[in-house]
Amino acid sequence: MSIAAEITLPAAPASPRAGWALWPWQAWATRLASLLACVLLWHWAASTRVHLGLVTFANVPPPLEVLNAGRDLLQSPKLLKHLGASLYRVFAGFLVAAIVGAGLGLVIGRFARARNALLPPLEVLRPIPAVAWIPLSILLFPSSEASMIFITFVGAVFPILLNTIHGVEGVDSRLIASARSLGTRRLRVFTEVILPAAAPAIVTGLSIGMGTCWFCLVTAEMISGQFGIGYYTWESYTLQNYPDIIVGMLLIGVLGMGSSIALRQLGRALMPWQRGSGQ
Amino acid sequence: MNVQPQGQQAPGRVEIDRVSIRLGSGAGAFQALDEVSFRLAPGEFVCLLGPSGCGKSTLLGALAGHLKPVAGSLALDGVAIGGPAPERGLVFQHHTLFPWKTVLDNVAFGLKMRGVAAAERKKQARELIELVGLGGFERHYPGQLSGGMQQRVEIARVLINRPRVLLMDEPFGALDALTRLKMQELLLDIWGRFGTTVLFITHDIDEALFLSDRILIMGPRPGRIIETLEAGFARPRSAELAMTAQFAQLKRHCLALLHHDGVAPVLPRLTPLGAPQARDLQFAI
Ligand SMILES: Nc1ncnc2c1ncn2[C@@H]1O[C@H](COP(=O)(O)OP(=O)(O)OP(=O)(O)O)[C@@H](O)[C@H]1O
Ligand SMILES: [Mg+2]
Repeated sequence: MSIAAEITLPAAPASPRAGWALWPWQAWATRLASLLACVLLWHWAASTRVHLGLVTFANVPPPLEVLNAGRDLLQSPKLLKHLGASLYRVFAGFLVAAIVGAGLGLVIGRFARARNALLPPLEVLRPIPAVAWIPLSILLFPSSEASMIFITFVGAVFPILLNTIHGVEGVDSRLIASARSLGTRRLRVFTEVILPAAAPAIVTGLSIGMGTCWFCLVTAEMISGQFGIGYYTWESYTLQNYPDIIVGMLLIGVLGMGSSIALRQLGRALMPWQRGSGQ
Repeated sequence: MNVQPQGQQAPGRVEIDRVSIRLGSGAGAFQALDEVSFRLAPGEFVCLLGPSGCGKSTLLGALAGHLKPVAGSLALDGVAIGGPAPERGLVFQHHTLFPWKTVLDNVAFGLKMRGVAAAERKKQARELIELVGLGGFERHYPGQLSGGMQQRVEIARVLINRPRVLLMDEPFGALDALTRLKMQELLLDIWGRFGTTVLFITHDIDEALFLSDRILIMGPRPGRIIETLEAGFARPRSAELAMTAQFAQLKRHCLALLHHDGVAPVLPRLTPLGAPQARDLQFAI
């Protein structure tokens, strides 16, 4: 993952193309058609066993088989347990990552000394992929549940941290000067100015972190367990249940997308000044 | 409206005594101000004119308490200035309203910092919003207002602290001519009510002459005061003032003084408080 993917400037209030704004149903139709096209392409490739030299679809299960596997999972009593276990791990890891990432980011972004003291070790840890953390997290945490949460935490914390730092560094120093001239004490500058000014960047970081958190779910649930969507996917692989693998993958994709969108919507609701004709 | 007097007896005497300021660090450090001295009488309206980069904003930053001089002293009513304080209100060219707060909450901010109860601070904020002519916009966010309205809110936000001196750094420099004229009249009206001392930086000689009792003219780097002019036109003043011969004569004098030192050297436009300023204005003549 590159830094560029993790740092995104706080999204300017969406200025959708005029046509899209005029007929939202057309936008939705396009989006739906795009998804449908992907499924059709997949169906075609899998059923005609396309062989392209480097890539072959000969062993890829077609959409209908996956749909059947999905229906089976839907009717299985295990589904809720899988979902519950995974949601718990993702949200626990994410919550800790949000607190640690945003907290550290505020301090690092504001104080040069904290930056010099804290950032070097974090920069060393950042490129380490979640998989590589598995052995150490098993050693670090006696409970396997905790080590799984640690992995999802690792997945989410860096985008949140980096976006928060970026947001804090971007705070207009004149805003701080004005706040101080209006009688704001040093500590209160944090809550009154820096936090709200960096909020859009923090929400962006949280939304990306939510995505990377799901991204690491399979890795986390490789550690152990009986339940979890990641575990289900991994187990299907060891049992060579290919349609089930794809069901697991798609489930993670949909849940990850859903929670990122929910987070962004929450951000919009909490930051009304970002909407409309704002700057 | 009970937002007036109170200021009448309020002092606002500013004393600046041989103040020198260095900016930048390491090899890039340089003398931005060199032994600047002057005084502002309580309730006086003084404009500061000077070529770009001569250190006007630096001086204002020091008076606001954000920059520390290397030598000399700054005092308000006999008390040395040691840091930012609400008794010295600061207004920039581009507004610094909090985008996440409504107009009402922005204006009430100073009272919130002082621990005034919500109901009371909102009441006072409403009165000031009314005074600057923005009644009805209390619930708007700054991003939804025009540049002139934003500066009105900015002024109201500073006034709620009843400052003894107003420090204004090209506050109308980014506004169109008509809006600027209205804002100048508004400012004179407010100044008449509150009797606050005002130090007003501008690039616009007309603006300086129209507003002030006295004009300080600064020379280029290192900044120092090269001349003081009395602009003793009768008050209240109206836009017709600019048509009088006396006005034209003073204006010519200012122009000569500002051109005397030749064209200001082209320097990177940094601002002493850090943030970039969006526009580079030449003298509006
Ligand atoms: N943070 C800084 N570091 C280094 N140099 C600076 C800094 N801030 C300002 N300067 C320089 O100091 C000099 C004085 O700056 P200042 O902003 O006070 O000038 P000014 O008179 O307000 O100019 P203008 O009319 O363009 O606003 C300028 O030459 C400027 O480039
Ligand atoms: Mg300036």
